[in-house]
Amino acid sequence: MLLSEMKEGQTGVIDRVGGNGALRRRILEMGVLKGSEIYIEKYAPLKDPLEMIVKGYHLSLRVEEAAQITVDDVK
Amino acid sequence: MPQKSLTIALAGNPNSGKTTIFNNITGTRQKVGNWPGVTVEKKEGIVSKYGYELKIIDLPGTYSLTPFSVEEIIARDFVLDECPDVVIDIIDASNLERSLYLATQLREIDCKVLFALNMADIASTRGIKIDAEKLSELLDLPIVFTIGNKNEGIDALLKKAVELAGSDIDTSGKRKVKYNKDIENSISELRSFIEKNSGISLPYKTRWTIIKLLENDEIVKERVFQKAGDQGRNIIQEVQLHRELLADRFNDDPEIVMTDERYGFIAGIIKEVLTTITKQRIDISRNIDLVLTNRFIGFPIFIFFIWAMFQLTFSLGAYPMEWLDTSVNWFSMSLDGLLPDSLLKDLVINGVIAGVGSVIVFLPNILILFFCIALFEDTGYMSRAAFLMDRIMHLIGLHGKSFIPMLMGFGCSVPAIMATRTLESEKDRILTILITPFMSCSAKLPIYIVLAGIFFSAEAGTVIFCIYFAGIILAIVTGRLFRSTLLRGADAPFVMELPPYRVPMVKSLIIHMWDRSKMFLKKMGGVILIGSVVIWTLSAFPRNIQYSHDYVAETNSVIALYNTEITTANGLDRQHIEKKRDAAIAELEMARKSEKMEKSYMGRIGKILAPVFAPLGIDWRGSVALLTGFVAKEIVVSTMGILYLAGDKGSDTLKNALLSSDMTPLSALAMMVFVLLYLPCLATVATIKQETGSFKWTLFSITYSTSLAWVAAFCVFQGGKIIGL
Repeated sequence: MLLSEMKEGQTGVIDRVGGNGALRRRILEMGVLKGSEIYIEKYAPLKDPLEMIVKGYHLSLRVEEAAQITVDDVK
Repeated sequence: MPQKSLTIALAGNPNSGKTTIFNNITGTRQKVGNWPGVTVEKKEGIVSKYGYELKIIDLPGTYSLTPFSVEEIIARDFVLDECPDVVIDIIDASNLERSLYLATQLREIDCKVLFALNMADIASTRGIKIDAEKLSELLDLPIVFTIGNKNEGIDALLKKAVELAGSDIDTSGKRKVKYNKDIENSISELRSFIEKNSGISLPYKTRWTIIKLLENDEIVKERVFQKAGDQGRNIIQEVQLHRELLADRFNDDPEIVMTDERYGFIAGIIKEVLTTITKQRIDISRNIDLVLTNRFIGFPIFIFFIWAMFQLTFSLGAYPMEWLDTSVNWFSMSLDGLLPDSLLKDLVINGVIAGVGSVIVFLPNILILFFCIALFEDTGYMSRAAFLMDRIMHLIGLHGKSFIPMLMGFGCSVPAIMATRTLESEKDRILTILITPFMSCSAKLPIYIVLAGIFFSAEAGTVIFCIYFAGIILAIVTGRLFRSTLLRGADAPFVMELPPYRVPMVKSLIIHMWDRSKMFLKKMGGVILIGSVVIWTLSAFPRNIQYSHDYVAETNSVIALYNTEITTANGLDRQHIEKKRDAAIAELEMARKSEKMEKSYMGRIGKILAPVFAPLGIDWRGSVALLTGFVAKEIVVSTMGILYLAGDKGSDTLKNALLSSDMTPLSALAMMVFVLLYLPCLATVATIKQETGSFKWTLFSITYSTSLAWVAAFCVFQGGKIIGL
């Protein structure tokens, strides 16, 4: 499942971060990498960007960026 | 004996409390400037402690040292090239895992690193316990606990830093990330390749350089070329082979694998030092966000905050602004009385004081605005604002944070452009600076009111609204245009931390506010001073104008004429005649000023430029008025007053004078469009120069806006004529 398809309040485990070089690496460096648990806190009022909790802190990503990330074990 | 000096760099993630610690160490003895060549703020301070002169450098807050952003390049280059004696890495205890990523990279550079484990008190209320001794042992570096906002542990931190600087420990063998077998193999093979070719000299330490080359780091590659010349090419080729090998092996780029491995290394440490007790607790920050970024009331609250900031800045700020204005006037009047008439006096009063005075009155607005912005930033609300607005700003190709400067542009471009400092990406900053002047500033409003009021009396409100709206549309168009051409490149990714809300510290707010204002006063002062003198020279010279009338003689004869009448008239009539006399004198004086303006260099330039403005339906008087608007937009109205009133003897108000001139509603509209877009005022230009740090961008901004203004006004005027308006 894509991260961008997750709903508020769901949890999941990052499977793969896709996308182009710099942005992809930036996302990885922020701790969003294979095996990291994430929790979707909320979407912004205009449905973009989204806010999630990863490694104990709150991170926001644009939906188009989140669409490059696949997630497992979505609950 | 002169004190020995030590350089200590503060590194850390954004929101780790780095600035608070820096403020606590240096207090008011800090210098704020820019890093050379870029607009990123550089803060440093010097303190004397423990027998040393400590030079503290606050590096830009970064999450990593991978050179993607200017901030990261600056931070890395400083550590690499300036070799600070000690780097203090400030670690937010509640965010240990992510903070350690930067720490592992600092470690790889081989500098003396010291950890400040900050805000452990907050972490422990969140159920996070860190075994510092173990962490210190695992990473083999000293750790000091600090609580930045309570000023605890700061002395211990400095003491430890001085100790560490003095010790002669060898950092190269220290525990740092070990990569997997394949990568370590590549590293050692490359190392022996370099050692075999003993002629190769590397710019930095061998292991680090190899790691960076394997990560395909463009900057390091470039430097290897510079340092090693042709040998560099051989290394790069060799590295390329290994990169391909590794990419094949892992089915992914080596830099991605290495990022993964660093986090793997960190995960191992975390497992040993961190214990989390999950206890039922109320997360205040999340609760606040339930309201502030709420789907329904998030936006209304945001608009309210922005409205409040606007009101404070421009309405509350209007009072001290008026006091300052009065003081400047009073000062100018007293000088006028004190000094004998001379060219110098004219220069001082009408050039220097008028020019600098017109800018210094913005100081209260700047102070208030930056207080509000500091409040937004220090509480953590700024990132929420960006979170809310990003969807909209993304349409223009900008980051959510660009919204605040653009909005402030409706008040005044000077503080608005200064507010772009909150943007992280340099491209975003320049783009925002380029489009902010299109947000019609408050000084342009009087011009619209006069023109729209006179020519569109009933629909004046609608017309003014349309002008404002046109500005916004053109800003969007410009934004999209430049984003896809000049400032190409993906938008800054919106990978943004939403830090927990914090109670701001008054000390930080004040330091922040004061820094900005000091910069405003200092740098503005210089440019504005020169600009004002130039403008004054253009309008005050040549001195010996050949007037078409002998105004002095005419004035004297008017006085003489009325005076004889006054002596013969009785009480009431006398007052009446005196009024008439004063009006006649004023009219003559106006005519003289108008002619002086017309024949000054400024007027001559206006007349020369008149053909340029003719296709826009603007005559030479309008051209001169627009030219004087460069000092400050408000002046356009007063110049028009002088020129049009005097040119038309029969009219008593600007309204009648304009109506009986060649100006039509259409040309008035074209002029408003021109005013909306054309070159920003002197103060704004100076700010653009300061904030972009480049003459090229400043010149570009001026040229672009003025050309756009001309084209837009041309389309309005000629298009209107064609459709028969």
